[in-house]
Amino acid sequence: MAQAKQRVSIRAVLISIGILLANIVVNGLIFMFFRDSTINPLLTAVLAVLWGVLGVYLIYYTLTWAVEQYPDYIRKRVLPYVFIGPAVIILGWLLVLPALRTLYLSFFDASSEKFVGLSNYAAIFTDHLMATSLRNNLLWVFVGTFFCVAFGLLIAILADRSSYEKLAKSIIFMPMAISFVAAGVIWKFIYYYQPGDEQIGLLNAIVTYFGGEPQAWTSMIQPWNNFFLIIILIWMQTGFAMVIFSAAIKGVPEDIMEAARVDGAKEVSIFFKIMIPYISATILTVTTTIIVFTLKIFDVVIVMTGGQYDTEVVATQFYRQFFMYRNFGYGSTLAIVLLIAVLPVIIINLRQFRKQGGF
Amino acid sequence: MVGKKKKKGSKTVVNIVLGIICVIWLLPTLGLFISSFRPAADILQTGWWKVFPHQEWKAGDTIQLSKDVDLRGPIEVKGKTYTDDQLKAGVKADGSRLIWENRRARTVNSQVEGWKVKPDLTLDNYNNVLTGKEYKLKEADGSETIQKGTGLSQAFWNTLTIAVPATVIPVLIASFAAYAFAWLRFPGRKTLFVIIIAMLVIPIQVALIPVLKDYTALGLNGSYLGIWLAHTAFGLPLVTYFMYNFISQLPKDLFESAFMDGASHFTIFSKLILPLSVPALASIGIFQFLWVWNDYLVSLIFIGNQPSVQVMSMKIADLVGSRGNDWHLLTSAAFISMLMPLAIFFLLQKYFVRGLMGGSIKG
Repeated sequence: MAQAKQRVSIRAVLISIGILLANIVVNGLIFMFFRDSTINPLLTAVLAVLWGVLGVYLIYYTLTWAVEQYPDYIRKRVLPYVFIGPAVIILGWLLVLPALRTLYLSFFDASSEKFVGLSNYAAIFTDHLMATSLRNNLLWVFVGTFFCVAFGLLIAILADRSSYEKLAKSIIFMPMAISFVAAGVIWKFIYYYQPGDEQIGLLNAIVTYFGGEPQAWTSMIQPWNNFFLIIILIWMQTGFAMVIFSAAIKGVPEDIMEAARVDGAKEVSIFFKIMIPYISATILTVTTTIIVFTLKIFDVVIVMTGGQYDTEVVATQFYRQFFMYRNFGYGSTLAIVLLIAVLPVIIINLRQFRKQGGF
Repeated sequence: MVGKKKKKGSKTVVNIVLGIICVIWLLPTLGLFISSFRPAADILQTGWWKVFPHQEWKAGDTIQLSKDVDLRGPIEVKGKTYTDDQLKAGVKADGSRLIWENRRARTVNSQVEGWKVKPDLTLDNYNNVLTGKEYKLKEADGSETIQKGTGLSQAFWNTLTIAVPATVIPVLIASFAAYAFAWLRFPGRKTLFVIIIAMLVIPIQVALIPVLKDYTALGLNGSYLGIWLAHTAFGLPLVTYFMYNFISQLPKDLFESAFMDGASHFTIFSKLILPLSVPALASIGIFQFLWVWNDYLVSLIFIGNQPSVQVMSMKIADLVGSRGNDWHLLTSAAFISMLMPLAIFFLLQKYFVRGLMGGSIKG
């Protein structure tokens, strides 16, 4: 059997080292070319796209070719790592290690020089601004997620029974394609308040039409102004919930519902006693996804109020602490608090994944 | 028979309720769209809904007041008295509206109500926002001011240059990894995969500070490569998870025979797996593309203030901050940034929706 193992030729070793180095050098040179070049921006764009797209493929191509030079038993062992290697390296470098480094930084002071133990964490929960942003984040998560899920479900059911399902679903789903920044502009315009009679913001125009007083919605009575920001999230994310619920609802067996109808069950009780239990797993997934998404909310607040009028959330505070006050300790601690908040969600997801027989 | 009739009745209710919801959902975007075509002065004076046919006061007869009328006291016009303030704002008087035409010349206009059917629309806003040239802006009182344009077209190309590789790179890397996780056996496979799945929900904020430090040290800040890598890392967990779900479902015998024929894993991957995965690649690709296109936070941190690589979302956020009341610029800029995602949304909706349901519907 030992005879079957071929010897590794020196040529193969040299080739693989050469290819690895060549990849690093060539891509490094291209990178430096782009960094220092002063050519036409449009040409840069085209070349950069070409490099970005072809470059990755070439890296895989050359590396697997190098592995092919080895005898079978080595190739079989190494090849999987060539395939997952780039993913593991990038994730390790840009996500896993940074998370650990952030955790480490969170125990240090503003300039990351002095070890301060848990005092950053203590400060975050006592500082007024921090406490406000934590409270607001809870508002976002509970109110936002609740309405996204509720509206998503309601609209999915309505659309299922309507005569223009596709069109309705497209309309509700469309805001998903819009960036939060653009959505911020859209909604700023709706909430716009200008002193005087003529209101160009839709909401104030409606209010004044019915004889009310125009309001500065996003800066008015706190903390209610937060709800006007949360509406934007609901507007954008309901479509996501709706699409998935809609598919799940179509999976509910018609004969069960028909049987219940024959037994005299009302539509409402069919909904709560048959449909909801049947799609409960989907509701859980959608809810987790939206919670995770909402915890990280940043763009909406920055564009709409810039965090003024007590609308700050954890993510905007994080940005402010880190980039404006240069307080690395607080910044890192806030990021870790976010991570801790998501931990239960990670665990639920992993469990769900195992249950599905993922591994 | 009764049941059927009842069902038809409830269907009408469903259609109406859903219709109302749809209109509410559509209104915000519609308002932005219409406003982006209105002249700057119009946007600030009247609501966007005024482009639809509506009744409006139009100039009618001019009434000349005599010279000895005291403009501060009660002013008599057509037999009734009004205050100066009333005439400034316009006051209703049996079917017509009285308003100063020229206070100094003591002329009052008796306006009449009429239908306005033809809206004033213009492409000026788009020109202003797209090119960096200077342009003239007509103010409400007829005077002209000069403003500098925003140069959004450069940002448009930057966004595209970032979004295309930041979509292709993670999708390709994730597909290779998903193939290995699904069909190759190697030590550490399970652990590595679970770590990747766990990272699905990690907030990217935990990564930003250290990554920025590394980037500064390596000179990757503000470079295309840096931002591609960042988007790749932040998108990889989801794309890998999604591609794994798809690739692991492919029938094994499909490529087993190819392997028997001596094809390498690389050949199998690029000649068989990739072509077979086109639907999945398309759906997750669209998702990742929209995510990168619409991103603000990642660009804000890794691009900073370099205008040569700035993306559209940053430009618009800047506009909101610096010129928050210039609605003619804001609305058209926002709409330009929405063009690409909306086009993709309507053209490729089928795939996009499928992409969303991968992984989440199985639960």
